[in-house]
Amino acid sequence: MTAGPRSDAWEKVTGRARYAVDMVMPNMAHAAVVRSERAHARIAGIDRAEAEAVGGVIAVVTADDLGHLGRRFGHIVPDHYVLAKGKVRYYGEPVAVVVAETPHQAADAAGLVWVDYDDLPVLTDSASALASDVLIHEQSYTEPGQEFLGVAPTPSADNAAHRGELAWGDAETALAAATTVVETTATFPLVYGYAMETYNALADWQPGSLHVVSTAQHPLMVRKELARMFSLPLAAVRVEVPYIGGGYGSKSYTKLEPLAAAASWASGRPVKVTTDVEGAMYTTRADGAVVTVRTGFDAGARICARDIDIRFDTGAYADNSPLVLTKSINRSFGPYRIPNLRVRGVAAYTNTTPASSYRGFGAPQGALASELNMDMAADRLGIDPVELRRRNLLAPGDTIIDGKRPLDADLAADLDAIVSALDSHRAAPEPGTLRGRAVAVTASDAGASPISTAQVRMHADGSVTLLVSSTEMGQGSRTALAQIAARELHVDLDSVAVGQSDTRFTPFEWTTGASRTTTVVGLAVQAACADLWDNLRAKAAESAGVPVDEVVVHAGRLHPAAETLTPAEVIRRWFGVDAGEVVGVGVIRRDGATEMLPPFWEIGAVGVEVSVNEATGEVTVEHLVTVGDVGHAVNPELVKGQDLGAATQGLGIALWEEMVYDGEQLTNPNLIEYRVPRLRDTPRRITSVLAERGDGAGPYGAKGAGEGALNPVPAAVAAAVGRAVGVWPTELPLTPPRVWSLLHQAGAG
Amino acid sequence: MTSPVATSTVIRVRVNGRDVEALVPVRLTVAELLRERLGLTGTKVSCEMQVCGACTVLVDGNPVSSCTALACDLDGTEVLTVEGLAQGRDLHPVQEAFMAANALQCGFCTPGFVMMAVALLDTCPAASADEIREWMDGNLCRCTGYAPIETAVTLAAARTDDGSPEDDQ
Repeated sequence: MTAGPRSDAWEKVTGRARYAVDMVMPNMAHAAVVRSERAHARIAGIDRAEAEAVGGVIAVVTADDLGHLGRRFGHIVPDHYVLAKGKVRYYGEPVAVVVAETPHQAADAAGLVWVDYDDLPVLTDSASALASDVLIHEQSYTEPGQEFLGVAPTPSADNAAHRGELAWGDAETALAAATTVVETTATFPLVYGYAMETYNALADWQPGSLHVVSTAQHPLMVRKELARMFSLPLAAVRVEVPYIGGGYGSKSYTKLEPLAAAASWASGRPVKVTTDVEGAMYTTRADGAVVTVRTGFDAGARICARDIDIRFDTGAYADNSPLVLTKSINRSFGPYRIPNLRVRGVAAYTNTTPASSYRGFGAPQGALASELNMDMAADRLGIDPVELRRRNLLAPGDTIIDGKRPLDADLAADLDAIVSALDSHRAAPEPGTLRGRAVAVTASDAGASPISTAQVRMHADGSVTLLVSSTEMGQGSRTALAQIAARELHVDLDSVAVGQSDTRFTPFEWTTGASRTTTVVGLAVQAACADLWDNLRAKAAESAGVPVDEVVVHAGRLHPAAETLTPAEVIRRWFGVDAGEVVGVGVIRRDGATEMLPPFWEIGAVGVEVSVNEATGEVTVEHLVTVGDVGHAVNPELVKGQDLGAATQGLGIALWEEMVYDGEQLTNPNLIEYRVPRLRDTPRRITSVLAERGDGAGPYGAKGAGEGALNPVPAAVAAAVGRAVGVWPTELPLTPPRVWSLLHQAGAG
Repeated sequence: MTSPVATSTVIRVRVNGRDVEALVPVRLTVAELLRERLGLTGTKVSCEMQVCGACTVLVDGNPVSSCTALACDLDGTEVLTVEGLAQGRDLHPVQEAFMAANALQCGFCTPGFVMMAVALLDTCPAASADEIREWMDGNLCRCTGYAPIETAVTLAAARTDDGSPEDDQ
């Protein structure tokens, strides 16, 4: 059989690939987390005597034991203690951590830590939280220097964790003058970004140093927070990230690392902290949202204004949600010509699991309401929904948001590809089955901050070690980046080894997220390869005793004077032995191709055809069409893998996934009752189209993939089900009972 | 307060062809025995409720969720994990098929899927499309969207059915 397209396949099919959860350290102890059994309460006392008496217990650590480590963390809003201090704000919040010789001993003892609570009123949804006088956080966190990517904490007298707004023109006046105004309100559920390797961290604190191995997507961000917490220089904090067992944004920023580090500091041992799925669901989820969209159209069915109201349920701590809200605002109105716009957003603290990043980063929440709104408008205006979109879509080069990069994609062509695929496979009619089709498109200001560093080390035989801090969580970046290096250096792919992310050895990287790696890190790899060629040229010139500008580089060979040398020959000649290496470094920042933000617009363009069983309300996806508008696919199989994976997670949100709170407690903290897509849920037909028009700022015209194919899926499924049933859905997921209710409404209507 | 004392028992089990004799607490799971005692970390644990299949190993040829099976019940059995599939440098056809079909991304679910597919093809070498979908529905993958996994198992089934030598034990 032929080899697959990934460099990590062999170690993954043999069970040899190493993940953080597999790592051990000498003299390692194990920790178990004691979690709050109240959603909102003052901590009246913690009795740890029974726990401390359990054999093998080394330490029972509470907030009071942490001393100077007891400072709050949070990269935008520093609102989060490592262990709850004074009060708890959600069910499942870490209150204490037990360190013991074995995981069993730690777990047994954790059940014997007794916490007394004085209950406070519990606010589990965003509407009641924003209306309440009861404050989940009694203070605002506006310490200087907390600004992050232009988002800064704002003082607040209510339960708003963050507010934002984007406007141009005069939306209210334009809506009043519009021929037709269509309003849509849609509820996006609380979603758990289940990654099969649950959060875990192993920390070894020693005087003057801290070594952490964890599941962090962004090791450099974690390093920064740990350095601040432990008052250590950045260089003294080492964050090592082996293969990650799934991320999808859910492992962005700091999660369990401070807990493991504090436990190591308190116990004097290397300490490993793991979570089960329930603990993971108490660690991070995606922001739930209620979004209302009003769109005004003129007599020609052209948009004259959009007014959008976004309300996030952000949970007990802000984490990355202020940035998610900011992006959600930017992504909510769609890639359309909108002369008058107003978007207002608020992220509300509630007494639930804190929300943060998840694949799509605010885009799916906004698109659900605004793309559903386009379908409802098409119906009202008596126009085909694809035609309505065509009439309003932005063209390549058009401005989406003033001052940002113009649109670098051809959405009309993407839409044509979707329609053509849907038309070529229309499902045959079946009695008792209703059918519906829909398309949806999104554009996301992706790529995050274009700050990246890559290092290529060419060895004496011409092979290459590529060092980047981009983390490998399944997306295949080690393969794609190695391909770029191989192409730039004219070497075989087998001659490029890519190192694991490790802040002690690999160079600076902003994050691994926002679909940025191929584009932004790819540019850094290209720059590093160019720098390597410069260095090889200089060495070839020096060895030959000719000026540098007389050394010609062509097709992977160097030509000092009349000679033809391989890079390996240049290296060996310069060192005078069969040894040595030459290094190239590439740095990307806001400059040149990446001066204008975003580095690229990430397109989501999908179509679905669904069947609805009239008797049961069960939805089947007959056909899923994704268009990967990626500019250039460095590795087409990997891009298709991203698109199908992302779209499948979108189907999960559309049809099954929802964290359900009953009072203060999460009722389904497990994968029996929190249902994710299974193999037999996959669409009956899948069409994956790649649109390669070379219109991206990345290597060879590449743009990112990863989030795009998720973003429009919940909206497309909702619209397709609405068309099948004849009643527009207002909330996800579209479980059989919900769809059955829609069928009942349609029948009654 | 006395600490909760675990009763222990001695088991003799053959793991990937190696004889193991161990004193195990009765609460120790098969996954814990494999991962923590024997260093066989290829077996992954995720849902801990027999839903995700990541921890699937074969006990006397039958697929078992090692996260919820007890090590003390292994006495006298043969266990096969993902580490025991390859014969030296030669991969099992199922492993080859997963590579060829790009049926993995993060790889955390892969050992469980591979073991389940091996169990399927050992049971029905000419597994039909429906049989493949039914057997593989008991494993979760969050990255791939499943289609490449289905392709991989179909490839492996075709190869097994072709009469290619089966090199699993």
